[in-house]
Amino acid sequence: MIGTGAARLADATQIAPVIQPLAEATGVFSYLWLLLALPLLGATVLLLGGRRTNRWGPYFAVLMVVGAAVYAIILLLGLLGRSADDRAVGQTLFEWVFVGGFTAPVALQLDQLSIVFVLLITIVGSLIHIYSLGYMEHDPDKRKFFGYLNLFVASMLLLVLADNYLLLYVGWEGVGLASYLLIGFWQYKPSAAAAAKKAFVMNRIGDVGLSLAIMLIFVTFGTVVFDEVFAMAGEAGESTLTWIGLLLLLAACGKSAQFPLQAWLLDAMEGPTPVSALIHAATMVTAGVYLIVRSGAIYDGTVFALTAVMVIGVITMFLGAFIGSAKDDIKKSLAGSTMSQIGYMVLAAGLGPVGYVFAIFHLLTHGVFKANLFLGAGSVIHGMNGEQDMRRYGALRKVMVVTWLTFMAAYLAIIGIPPFSGFWSKDDIIHAAFEVNVFVGVCAIIAAGITGFYMTRMVIMTFFGKARWPDDAHPHESKAVMTIPLIILALGSMFTGLALLFWGDIIDWLTPVTGLEQSPLPFPTILLEIATLIVVLIGVAIAIGMYRKNVPIEAPQDVNILTKAARNSMYDDAINDVLVVQPTYSVSRALIGIDNRGIDAVVNGLAAFVGGSGERLRRWQTGFARSYALAMVGGAVLVVVVLAVVRLP
Amino acid sequence: MSPESYVILAAVLFTIGTVGVLVRRNAIVVFMSIELMLNAANLAFVAFARMQGNLEGQVIAFFVMVVAAAEVVVGLAIIVAIYRSRRSASIDEPNLLKY
Amino acid sequence: MTTIPWLTILGVLPLVGALVLLVLPRDNARLIKQVALVFSLAALVFTVVMGLQFDADSTAAFQFVESYPWIPAFGISYSVGVDGIGLVLVALATTLVPVTILAGWNDVEDGRNVKGYFAMILVLETLMIGVFSATDVFLFYVLFEVMLIPIYFLIGRYGGPNRAYAATKFLIYSLVGGLLMLAALIGLYVVSAQQLGQGTFDFAALVGLDIDPTTQKILFLGFFIAFAIKAPLWPFHTWLPDAAKESTPATAVLLIGVLDTVGTFGMIRYLLPIFPSASEFYAPIIIAMAVIGIIYGALVALGQTDMKRLFAYSSMSHFGFIALGIFVFTTWSMTGSTLYMLGHGLATAAVFLTAGFLMQRAGGSSAIATYGGVNKVAPVLAGFFLFAVMSAIALPGLASFVGEFLVLLGTFSRYVVVAVIASLGIVLAAAYGLRLYQKVATGPESPHVEGMRDLGGREVTSLVPVVLLTIVLGVFPAPVLNVVNPAVDRVMDSIGMTDPAPALAPAGGEQ
Repeated sequence: MIGTGAARLADATQIAPVIQPLAEATGVFSYLWLLLALPLLGATVLLLGGRRTNRWGPYFAVLMVVGAAVYAIILLLGLLGRSADDRAVGQTLFEWVFVGGFTAPVALQLDQLSIVFVLLITIVGSLIHIYSLGYMEHDPDKRKFFGYLNLFVASMLLLVLADNYLLLYVGWEGVGLASYLLIGFWQYKPSAAAAAKKAFVMNRIGDVGLSLAIMLIFVTFGTVVFDEVFAMAGEAGESTLTWIGLLLLLAACGKSAQFPLQAWLLDAMEGPTPVSALIHAATMVTAGVYLIVRSGAIYDGTVFALTAVMVIGVITMFLGAFIGSAKDDIKKSLAGSTMSQIGYMVLAAGLGPVGYVFAIFHLLTHGVFKANLFLGAGSVIHGMNGEQDMRRYGALRKVMVVTWLTFMAAYLAIIGIPPFSGFWSKDDIIHAAFEVNVFVGVCAIIAAGITGFYMTRMVIMTFFGKARWPDDAHPHESKAVMTIPLIILALGSMFTGLALLFWGDIIDWLTPVTGLEQSPLPFPTILLEIATLIVVLIGVAIAIGMYRKNVPIEAPQDVNILTKAARNSMYDDAINDVLVVQPTYSVSRALIGIDNRGIDAVVNGLAAFVGGSGERLRRWQTGFARSYALAMVGGAVLVVVVLAVVRLP
Repeated sequence: MSPESYVILAAVLFTIGTVGVLVRRNAIVVFMSIELMLNAANLAFVAFARMQGNLEGQVIAFFVMVVAAAEVVVGLAIIVAIYRSRRSASIDEPNLLKY
Repeated sequence: MTTIPWLTILGVLPLVGALVLLVLPRDNARLIKQVALVFSLAALVFTVVMGLQFDADSTAAFQFVESYPWIPAFGISYSVGVDGIGLVLVALATTLVPVTILAGWNDVEDGRNVKGYFAMILVLETLMIGVFSATDVFLFYVLFEVMLIPIYFLIGRYGGPNRAYAATKFLIYSLVGGLLMLAALIGLYVVSAQQLGQGTFDFAALVGLDIDPTTQKILFLGFFIAFAIKAPLWPFHTWLPDAAKESTPATAVLLIGVLDTVGTFGMIRYLLPIFPSASEFYAPIIIAMAVIGIIYGALVALGQTDMKRLFAYSSMSHFGFIALGIFVFTTWSMTGSTLYMLGHGLATAAVFLTAGFLMQRAGGSSAIATYGGVNKVAPVLAGFFLFAVMSAIALPGLASFVGEFLVLLGTFSRYVVVAVIASLGIVLAAAYGLRLYQKVATGPESPHVEGMRDLGGREVTSLVPVVLLTIVLGVFPAPVLNVVNPAVDRVMDSIGMTDPAPALAPAGGEQ
């Protein structure tokens, strides 16, 4: 058996992360800004160009992202040409915010961690852009769609390239905006508009966490630049680090749809499928993992926050898996799966230096195979005239051969069958979990079994069994512009794991940034691998057993409580509604009442009092001229008398 | 004759004027009473100026006369206008300023 | 050094424009509008030229200083000059006036007094320039009060159906504040007469006074209430929703975007330096008011059924942030407040103008329920509307974000809990902003929206500068920071405050 990444290092290892001094960006690196500028240019041209760009705009957008991908590969080669501890390159573009002691430049940092993200974003992004040329072919607003996609790519690249927290925050909200625009792309559908709003608002809750974390970081360290913060992280008190860690975790929960801010992700599936693939599976939702891993130096000093990260990861891993097992909508089922897989990554990140690299490793393989799954699902939906209910699918393998085969590649990858890519990364996480906590390790194995279950269920319901298509459906294979990206991604699902691990040396590549700690397990690693495989196969077997026979077109109602809850996404909407939304609106209504009948009433009441007094005093104006004269005389007499009295003594 | 007598005369004239304003109804008479009061004041000014031995009082008396003349013009015009429209010069009747 | 009376020329320019308008034939509405636009643009160009002459590194408190005696017996003079904060706000005013003239081109239907409308806007511009550049407190007061007159007529003659009520409410509210300020002003004069022998209203001389704390506390209140009504801070805000609802979009932009910032500008410029110990004394109360305002405004905005009232309450929330930034006494937050005034002015322009364009096309209704699905029929308009909403909720990369973040940062460095509560306002902002956009622009088209024209060339032209500035200042605020930073440092000096130091000194040493 081939050893996995974690197992290769048999002895206890401890590699501390190094803070690499940022080298001046020269040579190939001097155009680092191009990475952002290209997609940004695409977005600007498409969104401002108006109808004139309808014809060539989408191709232009694709060109921009492909250009960025090519440049990213050149950058990778450039980094490979440098020594392992000198792979951090910085480029300051201009001063952004500078007030008192606070400075946040617009500065980019390319190191081992950001380059892998850049490659994931640009390469998977390019494939999804190309795929969208086919998928969105008939949409009248195609141009806008590509503009938004380019905007997303630019923001996401800013997020991973920023060299300080405040700039990261710009990218962080930028991807939120792009996600908002794209989820609500078909905004004439009220459900899409509502989903977009929900995603943005829930993300904002996380964003508040990030913004408070930035403030606390500045107040503690006097800087928000990554390197300077991390260099001093050890000196800060543990409680401070815990607070920073928890706030960053809140941010990660929002962006990565982790418990308790997970409710938006399933609704986000209202967006066009390529969006779900790019933003809500491969890249944006993993930003939380990036944030935690990037801030590893802070989590190193706080066991509490790190444990919280791990716990959140475990909870979401199961939550997502249950939801994925019960949903009949193929995209929602995949969304549940995404939550679950990101739960894995967060769990791994919560293991600390033991797990950081593996979190990133899984993030990369997941980015590829999940994009593959979503695009495959998109191809199916496209072929079925927009039908998303798996109960209306079945037997599609006969009519959509390429989609089926590529989907199967990703399927084998996600459930972790060797040598497909998911096997390597998931196994590493399970291994690392066992090093830290046996219970968490067992949880990870069980979740792997559930993954086997729901993915098998999905594959059977979609591609096998009898056709349960609606009468007007004429499923057909998609065009080459859609299938070619699928084929490339399928190859990726098969080989990314192997390639990254053995040819790309992902572990050694990342350790200078993330550090690595390993201790040998008390039992041979191979046992763990076998146990995991067995659990996965059990999950697969159960699914085959349950769905081999005919699948009813209507979902059966006599199901257990867990299934019912999972079908309702664990009642997350209901809970949010009762705990947050309704109270907020009640308070809002109450305050409007107070404003109108309270504060404004006091003001108007004061005005009414003055007016009313005037009304009463008016009665004195009798219009009888001689009485006025008498009043004047009386007044004059009074004045004289007073003067006399005052003078007398 | 000592200046005090003039002051006393002024006071008496002023009182007559005041009573006239308060008790008479005819606008013309009220008006004349007001003139009487003004002139009483003038007399007092001049008398006091004499007592003080300077000219300020006399100067002010001239001012008062000029203002009074202007006032007479405007006031009579109003009275005539009111008389024309109401056929009466009673000041109790017009109550345009009531409330 | 310079002999050109920059600020006087700038201030007089729109006034001349207003006078020129008066002699134009009243039936040629087109010519009237064009002349008004030309004069406002001339003022803008002049501001830009002046801004380029501004020396950010100068040690002088004010630049472009002019001073002529006005009523020497009471130590009153016509003195003007700007620091970085004043310059930025003057620039905001001169930028927004041409924008509103262009956007409000058809606000006044033919047959009504077109001339008066645009002349009033130009007069208002003169007064706004004056109020931001006065360095004599009496001059400031006079301009502060006179400003009410054009606004009163702009609302009361050209506003919506309930305009008389709104205009009167606004006027009386403001006059009450002005009265208190006048009383405090006289008190200040008396104190200066006692201390200096000769009373004065000169700003620099008043800052130099050493007023005893009790007197400070009393005088402070007079100024503060006037500024708090103007800003408006909770609970002095109830005139704003009515005024915003009844005014034309152009008036609302000038009223909320520029005039209201006079209140917060006054706090930075006058309250803090002249009454340092009272400022410190009242700070906790004002901070509480500001935070209540932030949350209260956002929550009330969330439940509004009327667009313009919604924006009024969101402005109130923003002014909470601005006041908060001023009274936590850090350079970060104070600079943030200044930037926020700028960002808020631009955001206000964007929201009210786009809302105005919407309303013009749907029979003037500002009820949210009138709309729906605008994005489908008028995508450009909906796009600008979304941009406006995003700039109002301070999306990073847009002008108001930098301000909002700096305010929160400064607050956090002194009062963690306050910052945490205030940052809830960020979430609520997203909720009310996007709720509005969702109801107005998405979903099926409502009957009022069907066949709606998209934006025309003039309307787009009026919005583009606002959008560009919002983005440029969000991405590259350096030009503003360069001039504002020294001014804020001077304010901090005058109240004797320093920023809290970070728990750990940065490795590279203090900056």
